[in-house]
Amino acid sequence: MSGFNAISSEPDVQRDDYTPEIEPQATWCPGCGDFAVLKALKGALAELGKDPEEILLVTGIGCSSKTNSYFDSYGFHSIHGRPLPIARAAKMANPGLEVIAAGGDGDGYGIGGNHFTHSARENHDMTYIVFNNEVFGLTKGQSSPTSPKGHKSKTQKKGVAKDPVRPLSLGLSAGASYIARTAAVNPRQAQEILVEAIEHDGFAHVDFLTQCPTWNKDARQYVPYIDVQDSDDYDFDISDREEAFRMMYETENSLYDGKVLTGRYYKEEDRRTYQEEKRMRGEMPEEPLVERYFDDDYEWERSYDLLDRHA
Amino acid sequence: MTTDELIWRVAGGSGDGVDSTSQNFTKALMRSGLHVFTHRHYPSRIRGGHTYVEIRASDEPVKSRGNGFNFLLALGDSFARNEDETAVYGDEEIKPLSENLDELHDGGIIVYDTGQIDAADIPDFEERADEHDWQVYPIDLRSIAQEHGREIMRNTAGVGVTAALIDMELDPIEELMREAMGEEMLEANLSVLQDAYDHVTAEFDTDTGLSVPEGEHDEEQVLLSGSHGISYAAIDEGCRFISGYPMTPWTDVFTILSQELEEMGGVAEQVEDEIAAAAAAVGASHAGAKAMSGSSGGGFALMSEPLGLAEMTETPLVLVEAMRAGPSTGMPTKTEQADLEHVLYSSQGDHSRVAFAPSDPLECYTQTRKAFEIAWEYQLPAIVIYDQKLQGEYRNVPKSFFDQQPNPDLGATLTEAELEDAPHDHTGRFQRFQTDVDVSPRSLPGQKNGRYLATGNEHWPNGQIAEDPTNRVEQVHRRLGKLDSIREDLNAMDESYQSYWGADDAEIGVIAWGSHQDTAEEAVEELAADGKPVKGLGVSEIMPFPKSEVTEFIESVDEVLIVEMNASAQFRGLVQKELGTYGEKLSSLLKYNGEPFRSSEIVEAVDLELNGGGEPTAQVTLQPAAGD
Repeated sequence: MSGFNAISSEPDVQRDDYTPEIEPQATWCPGCGDFAVLKALKGALAELGKDPEEILLVTGIGCSSKTNSYFDSYGFHSIHGRPLPIARAAKMANPGLEVIAAGGDGDGYGIGGNHFTHSARENHDMTYIVFNNEVFGLTKGQSSPTSPKGHKSKTQKKGVAKDPVRPLSLGLSAGASYIARTAAVNPRQAQEILVEAIEHDGFAHVDFLTQCPTWNKDARQYVPYIDVQDSDDYDFDISDREEAFRMMYETENSLYDGKVLTGRYYKEEDRRTYQEEKRMRGEMPEEPLVERYFDDDYEWERSYDLLDRHA
Repeated sequence: MTTDELIWRVAGGSGDGVDSTSQNFTKALMRSGLHVFTHRHYPSRIRGGHTYVEIRASDEPVKSRGNGFNFLLALGDSFARNEDETAVYGDEEIKPLSENLDELHDGGIIVYDTGQIDAADIPDFEERADEHDWQVYPIDLRSIAQEHGREIMRNTAGVGVTAALIDMELDPIEELMREAMGEEMLEANLSVLQDAYDHVTAEFDTDTGLSVPEGEHDEEQVLLSGSHGISYAAIDEGCRFISGYPMTPWTDVFTILSQELEEMGGVAEQVEDEIAAAAAAVGASHAGAKAMSGSSGGGFALMSEPLGLAEMTETPLVLVEAMRAGPSTGMPTKTEQADLEHVLYSSQGDHSRVAFAPSDPLECYTQTRKAFEIAWEYQLPAIVIYDQKLQGEYRNVPKSFFDQQPNPDLGATLTEAELEDAPHDHTGRFQRFQTDVDVSPRSLPGQKNGRYLATGNEHWPNGQIAEDPTNRVEQVHRRLGKLDSIREDLNAMDESYQSYWGADDAEIGVIAWGSHQDTAEEAVEELAADGKPVKGLGVSEIMPFPKSEVTEFIESVDEVLIVEMNASAQFRGLVQKELGTYGEKLSSLLKYNGEPFRSSEIVEAVDLELNGGGEPTAQVTLQPAAGD
């Protein structure tokens, strides 16, 4: 039995290397913002020179989670709201993998809200991209956790009575160590942010504003954005938690007024990842769990030695 | 009074150390050459509340708690002594004595702690003691403990008194204390033990007629619970990732592995909920680690999503379901076998899953190993079903039994070299879900030439989502077909997991599954020894269902009594569903009060069947066959 080899990065990777040469079973409508996320993701990974076979893309359910069908890598298209526990455990089993989790706003901030909160606080070394189009698309237009108050659909016929969740503030209070928001209308910034997020050691949360041309024509995601890092009006220190909170608060208020602010909001440089914390405590081995199964010389300990205390 | 076995019940308040004391005493009995079995009764409370542990010790192998007991050590509940809070604690002070008299054998021994219990508070105590000829020893255990150490050591005093009254050497008890305690604690405990022993010998007539039987083991024994069996099997199978969320009684396995896996170079994860627990196990397994998760009924309900995902994505996985009385929160510390249908049928769609229901700690070990092997060879979830009874049941087992080789094999998983020759589609994607084979070996993320998509949607061989009708039918057949192959594999094995008891030509059959097999076996042996035409079948493999063995057994008798701990006869329902016939032959003996069956209850039910019906006396239900 030959060994399991971690793959070394090959710098000459092209964007198209992540494109499957087969027609995916298409669920994305013409004009869907998800195409922009896909393009930015491929661009970022090509820029970083990641081999498609060292990437594990774990998704939930919904239009956004169909990204796996349009993307050629190892993929796990799972169930609604659950990509994060799957992704973080895969990373723990094999830290050599580049683990990226993706899903929609319903997937991540609704049904998977608990997993989002805990994955962020644990600071797993992974990237989490939330395709935020403020609507449930695949089930035909119901309000999502980020839909503006008053959004009407067949299940909220008088307009949704709830305030939207605040994904950035939620991510920050939960403990994500990198938080950014970008938009489909802004491909250059989107790719830059994804590069940073993937390179970041820790839980990187990217709220990616996308448009749903079929079910959410009114969303503000189409309007020109303001890059908070490019503008002198929004000078703040992204390593300062309090300043980041204040900017997020402004951003999350202004979005529904039609002023779309995007950029990096928070970056914590010196925080240990969850794996580092566990290793420090001796709760996690240095080498990937997976390697041993292919290592003929690895000595598997037996429960027999444990029995002495039962005798 | 003479007897060939000791059934010692120690009763007290939850948190008073009843559990640890009894475990040490059990081990001492085991070391003196006896076969032991413990039964634990506890309330869903942290401190205070009536709790007891029963230890059955004999020179013959013991398979259940037995019927009643012959020695009661009533310690008093130290958390029931706050007089300001009588509204909360009520009469719990005397419960260790008052609540434990019903099943004490005639002529049995009672030791109670006069430091905490006033027998005069139990109006009919003396009357009952006279009536049943009980030998009563009121001793101030609390004072003895206080004099030489701390009040909490009254447990040790109780053990010292016990030893004196059953003519047992103190050596094995002292030896265990030396192994377990630090210098200061040890000195104090040893003096408490000795003083209690001397006190009772000096002040009382210790000729009780009850003595510990003499026994000898052929080889070294260890004291293990069902939870240890499951945990050690996981370790030997190379499981190095466990994720879970605390829930009684599953917490037992989760705790053992959380403590051991670290030493083994593994990872234990306590996560935010049971959905995350099972999903994390799926993720770790997908990435290439042998992984396990589990829960009890309510938590397992949350796991149905990732369970179905594992079936659809053909991800190997072992889950443990530790049953307790339900539905909903039910009775957290009481046992039941009512999650069978939940385990077999939860989550949507057609199921490709395997289920084992071991009977004792050794089977917990062998079947959990088998669960791992099948899960990784066939790429599906395998579930080990056990319950609160088996979780806390300690028995002596031969140490040498565990001297088995570890098996970290990943089953149907390809190496990078093998992947080069594996089938790929025209785009270079690995054809992971080939339809022309039962099991299509998998690749692991990170391997060269192995990329594919694992999805909870129906999919083409390369993993891409597909709703093509022909492919759908082929994939369904392949996934479900694995169960037939597994059944063939299990049938071809040398050792069967089904057990048979009694004479071949008996007319009445008793079937039990899971943790109640051994109790049923004791009942059948007793009935057979009494000349009754009874035999038994114990079923430990649940799914794929052992059709041929169950059919053969049912056909060989006139009628069958299926014994299980639930109100809706779930296993009988499964038998009828799987076999599609014999409804008129199957009756049920059901118990669902939270307490495990005693063998005497099964004996009584079979007697009633033989005599043409009637109502059993205890809290059990005899449900006639559908045709009656």
